[in-house]
Amino acid sequence: MSLIEPGSGPGSGPGSGAATPDAAPVLRLVGIRKSFEGTEVLRGIDLTVHRHEIVALIGASGSGKSTLLRTANLLEQIDDGQIFLGDDDISDPRAKADRIRSRIGVVFQHFNLFPHLSVLDNVTLASRAVHRASRVEAERRGLELLDSIGLADKAREFPDRLSGGQQQRAAIVRSIATDPELLLLDEITSALDPELVGEVLDLVRELGRGGTTILMATHEMAFARDVAHRVVFLDKGVVAEAGPPAQLFEHSENPRTREFLARFTA
Amino acid sequence: MSTTGIDARPPSSIELDRRAFRRQQTTRSTLIAIVSTVVFAVAAWIFVINTPGWSRVQQTFLNWDVAVAAFPRVIEGFWLNVRVLIYSVIGVGIVSLVLATVRTLRGPIWFPLRALAAGYTDLFRGIPLIIVLYLVGYGIPGLGVFPRMPAEFWGTIALVTVYSAYVSEVFRAGIEAVHPSQRLAARSLGLSYSQSMRRVILPQAVRKVTPALMNDFVALQKDVGLISVLGAVDAVRAAQIETAAYFNFTPYVVAGLLFFLLALPMIRFTDWYTARVRRREQMGSIV
Repeated sequence: MSLIEPGSGPGSGPGSGAATPDAAPVLRLVGIRKSFEGTEVLRGIDLTVHRHEIVALIGASGSGKSTLLRTANLLEQIDDGQIFLGDDDISDPRAKADRIRSRIGVVFQHFNLFPHLSVLDNVTLASRAVHRASRVEAERRGLELLDSIGLADKAREFPDRLSGGQQQRAAIVRSIATDPELLLLDEITSALDPELVGEVLDLVRELGRGGTTILMATHEMAFARDVAHRVVFLDKGVVAEAGPPAQLFEHSENPRTREFLARFTA
Repeated sequence: MSTTGIDARPPSSIELDRRAFRRQQTTRSTLIAIVSTVVFAVAAWIFVINTPGWSRVQQTFLNWDVAVAAFPRVIEGFWLNVRVLIYSVIGVGIVSLVLATVRTLRGPIWFPLRALAAGYTDLFRGIPLIIVLYLVGYGIPGLGVFPRMPAEFWGTIALVTVYSAYVSEVFRAGIEAVHPSQRLAARSLGLSYSQSMRRVILPQAVRKVTPALMNDFVALQKDVGLISVLGAVDAVRAAQIETAAYFNFTPYVVAGLLFFLLALPMIRFTDWYTARVRRREQMGSIV
């Protein structure tokens, strides 16, 4: 089962055989600031995600995780700072936003599948509309992807006939159907029944092994610790601490990090 | 365990008792409905035929011979109504979708178009249809720049003008009822504004407002009769001519019946569809 072409081969990083991150930055956030009606949600964020790297954003609700992901995909306009995708400054208003968004995959908390389209049409829409792939070619690839997550038999069904876990897995497959350079996951298990969380996380783990570059906001601490190469703790709109999971979860010197994590182990 | 095992189990005696009671209740309700309908119809009939002017009204409005004599002309006129209806529906569909889309455009560059569309819908929802018919039907040909067109052409234009204003508001409500997260998801995939509109938002919007659209369609089916004021020989105008010929109003009743028969399937379908949508949305409740 391979969802995406493997990158530079399997490595020995955390997350049981994940591809090794290399030095090339895929996403670089520099001094990002963002306010909503006078409230400063992001107060100067610096963050880099390298190729094949999985970075987990953790932090309390309202700490700015979702806003940060939305700014990275240009769904939210920043007040200051710069965002680089590869070598391109995508925060430049002259950048072509539609083109840039098509280079980044996004999965939302509430799946946001299109209810009027079949699962297969959901998965192939971007290939057909944005990348001008033929329907035959797009469906071949779409069915391949759905097959790899065991949903090939649901391809012609409408999303409301699927369980939450199946819908979210279909949404993930939709987001990677056009081979984006970066995948943003915004608390993708928060709206799921507990027994459905596992299948979705397994799929993310699988993508990580295949070398997909992922930036994810999550409340699943065990998962973050297991698959992320790096964990970034956001607190009140700033990066309070960042580092390998082992350091953050076990040897953090930062009192705010310890206090936050204590809530999950209590 | 398969579910057939559960289905095959005979219902308990308590459940059988409940079913028998419900059946009995249904039979009783049906009987009451039949009896009350018959009683009401008979009472209404007796009242009408005992009114002092009944025989004269029957003679001038419900004359079978006149109905038969006038029918060919009226149905010929009615065919014009049907054609005007078809063209109007197509015209209204296109113009109203454009108007609705223009009104949802953002950004200052679109302000003139947006304001124009808003002004248009305000204006033509505020003016009586019959006045628009006169203005378009006599005013525009009066400019002398268009080739001579038949009255039904200008009638169709007037109908499209007025109905598009209403229907575009229905579409706009539908567009705004689609959850913003759908737009976000579409744009995240790299779809442009117009692509996400066409492939994601509009299909969902149209589904949401289908009952309201069908209601407007029923209204339009009757209002195509108004083109007669411009002199187009449609069912209404034909009935008027026949009425004058026979000194009898029965041709109007014939025309009315034809309009009713045309509208009835759509009315029934609209009710059925609306009820189905409601059932779906309120699934799992019996009250």
